[in-house]
Amino acid sequence: MATKTGKSFIGRFGVHIAVLVFVAIWTIPTLGILVSSLRDKDQIVASGWWNSFASSSQSEAGRLPGASAKTQKDGKYVIEGNIFGDGPKREISAFGVKSSAPTQYKAGSVADLNDGVTLQMNADGSFVLSSPKPFEGDRGQRVYYASSAPPKFTTENYQTVLFSEGIGRSFMNSLTVTIPATVIPILIAAFAAYALAWMRFPGRALLIAVIIGLLVVPLQMSLIPLLRLYNGVGAFFGVPSKTYLGIWLAHTGFGLPFAIYLLRSYIAGLPREIMESARIDGASDFEIFVKIVLPLSFPVLASFAIFQFLWVWNDLLVAMVFLGTGPDQIVLTAKLNALLGSRGGKWEILTTSAFITIIVPLFVFFSLQRYFVRGLLAGSVKGG
Amino acid sequence: MAAQIFSAIFVIIIGVGGCVAYFWGANRLLDLIFPSRGVSGAAAINNLRRQGYVRPWLFVGPALIILAIYLIYPVVATLWLSFFDRGGTSFVGLANYEWAVGDHDLRNSIFNNLLWLAVVPAACTFLGLIIAVLTDKIWWGTIAKSLIFLPLAISFVGASVIWKFIYEYRGEGQVQIGLLNAIIQYFGGQPQVWISLPFWNNFFLMVILIWIQTGFAMVILSSALRGIPEETLEAAVIDGANPFQIFWKIMVPQIWGTIAVVWTTITILVLKVFDIVLTMTNGQWNTQVLANLMFDWMFRGGGDFGRGATIAIIIMIAVIPIMVWNIRQANKETGGH
Repeated sequence: MATKTGKSFIGRFGVHIAVLVFVAIWTIPTLGILVSSLRDKDQIVASGWWNSFASSSQSEAGRLPGASAKTQKDGKYVIEGNIFGDGPKREISAFGVKSSAPTQYKAGSVADLNDGVTLQMNADGSFVLSSPKPFEGDRGQRVYYASSAPPKFTTENYQTVLFSEGIGRSFMNSLTVTIPATVIPILIAAFAAYALAWMRFPGRALLIAVIIGLLVVPLQMSLIPLLRLYNGVGAFFGVPSKTYLGIWLAHTGFGLPFAIYLLRSYIAGLPREIMESARIDGASDFEIFVKIVLPLSFPVLASFAIFQFLWVWNDLLVAMVFLGTGPDQIVLTAKLNALLGSRGGKWEILTTSAFITIIVPLFVFFSLQRYFVRGLLAGSVKGG
Repeated sequence: MAAQIFSAIFVIIIGVGGCVAYFWGANRLLDLIFPSRGVSGAAAINNLRRQGYVRPWLFVGPALIILAIYLIYPVVATLWLSFFDRGGTSFVGLANYEWAVGDHDLRNSIFNNLLWLAVVPAACTFLGLIIAVLTDKIWWGTIAKSLIFLPLAISFVGASVIWKFIYEYRGEGQVQIGLLNAIIQYFGGQPQVWISLPFWNNFFLMVILIWIQTGFAMVILSSALRGIPEETLEAAVIDGANPFQIFWKIMVPQIWGTIAVVWTTITILVLKVFDIVLTMTNGQWNTQVLANLMFDWMFRGGGDFGRGATIAIIIMIAVIPIMVWNIRQANKETGGH
C-alpha cells in the first residue's frame, strides 16, 4: 500500500503492536484447546493451560497414619511412611501442621511439635514422626503441604476420545456425509450455470433472479416441510426417514443456489471469442461445455468445493434434523454438542474432541486458502 | 462402518456417473430426435432451432428439480403450515401469529436477535476494516491476516467449546482455568459466571460470532482497499491530510459498496444463528434467539409444526428486504449480459 501514514517510528511501532494484539486475540482461544487437549487430565483442572509448561503447584491436606502404625526405634516411638501412599508422587516444597500456617517448614527440615514430638517430611513425600511417648488414638496427625508436579503432556486424551467416546466413529460419519454432499452438486450446478450464462431461452432472467433470491432464504424455511416430506416418504416406502441419502440430497439442495450463482458469474466472464470460434467450428453446446468451459472453470469449481466441504463439515442444524443420533449416524458437530451436555466440565474430553472436529477444516483451509479467498470474494452474498 | 464407507464411495460413483450419464444421454437423445446432420438443409435448420429450445432445459433441469423440492416447495409449504395446528392437519387461521405476538419467549428472542443484529455486523465490519488497513502496512501482514482469518474454518460448535473454555468459572479464590476469569482474578476482580450474567451474557455469545466472522469482513474489505486508486491517496497526502482523515474521508467512501455487501452478508448470518446459542446456553438465562427457538418448537413435545413454521416466517420476513436489494443489484449488473 502506498499510504504514507505511519512513517514515524512511533506510528509504525504502534501498527505492529496493534496487529500483534489482534493476532493474539484471534489465535489464543484455539491455542488454549490445543494445549489443553495434550495435557494430563488432572493437570487441566489444577492449573490454567497458560501455565502448562510450569510445574503445577497446589496446597493439600492429609493425615498421617494413626497410632497402630507405630514402631519402636532407639527408645522412641516412630511412625514412618509416605504421604502419597501408593498414589502418584508429587514434589513437596513445604509442609506444616496448622491450617493457619500450611507451609511453615521447608521440605526436609525437622518440625518440632512440642512435648518432644518431631515431624520430618521430605520432598518425595516420605515422613518420619517420632515421639518419646507412645502415640494415642486412631486419628493420626493432620499435615498440610504444598506440592508441585512437573508438566506432563500426553496423547492419552486423544486415545480416550477417539476410541471410547465415539469421536472416531463420528469422524467417519462426518466424512460419509461430507464427501458426497460436496461432489454431487458440482456437476449439476455447472451445467445449470453454463445454460444460464451462455444459452438464450425464455425465462432465463427470471431464473437468475429466483436463484439470487434463494441465496438468502434461511434454512429454517425448509426444515419443517422437508422433515414432513422425509417422514412421509419413509412411511410410504417402509424405509427409515433419517438416512445418509436424505442428508446428501438436502445438502445438495441447500448448496445449489450458491453453487449456481458462483459458477454462473465466473462462466459468464469467460471470453466470448473462445465460445464463438468453437461454435463456428461446429461444436455443440455440450461439447463446448465439456471441452472448454469445464477445464477453464477449474479454479471456481475448486472454490465451491472448498466452501461446500467446510459448510457441510461444520453444519449442525441439517445434521440434527435429517440424521439420527445413534452411533452409526451422529456426525462430529452433533457428537460434540452431545458431549457438551453429557461430559460438561470434563475439559480433557471436550477440548480434545473439539480439536479433532476442527483439524480437517483447518487443514483444508490452510492448504487451499487461495481458492477459498477467491470464492469468498466472488460470492459474498450468501453468508455461510 | 466399512459398509458405510463403501456405500459413500458407491454413492459418489453412482451420483457422478448418473449425472454424467444424464447430461450426455439427454444431449445424445436430443440429437437423435432432431437430427441436424445428414438431413436436408431446411430440415437441419429447423431441427437445430428445436434443439435450441429444448437443450437449455436439459441443462438446467436437474438443478431446477432439486431447487424446487428443497427450497421453493418448502418456502410455500412453511407459509401454508403457519396457518395450521401443531400436527399440520387442521386449519387454525391466524392463531399461531396471535400466539407469536403474545409469547414471552418469542418476544425475548426478537429482542435478542435485534441486539445481535445491532452489534455483530457492525463489530465485524469495523474490526475487519481496521485490521485490513493495519495489516496492509506491515511486512508480516499476510501471516497476520491468515491467522485472523482462521476461525472462519471452525464450526460454530467447535468455536463454542473453545469459548466456553475461556468463560469457564470456578468459585472465588480457586484456581481459575478459564482465561477470562483468570485475568479478572489476577487483577483483583471477582470471577463471574459469564454465560448466565443477565443481559450481558448475550454479548459474550456474540463475541464468538464476531471472532469467527471478522476474518471474512477483513478479507473482502482488504481486497476492496487494494482497488482504491493510489492517486486519490497520494493527492490526499499532498494536501496534508492526516491518517485518520485519509481513512474516513478518502478510503471509506470509496469502498462503501463493499462495506454494504459485508454488512448484509453478516446480517443474514446473524438472523440464522443457531448453533452458538444451542451449545452455549440453549436459550437459558434470556439468551434465546429465533432460529434456536424455532428448532426447539420443531421437536418440543413431539414437535409443533405450526408454531415452528410461524417462527421461520418471522425470520424470512426479516430477510426479505435484503433479498430484494440483492436481486435489484444483480439485475443492474447483469442487465447488459
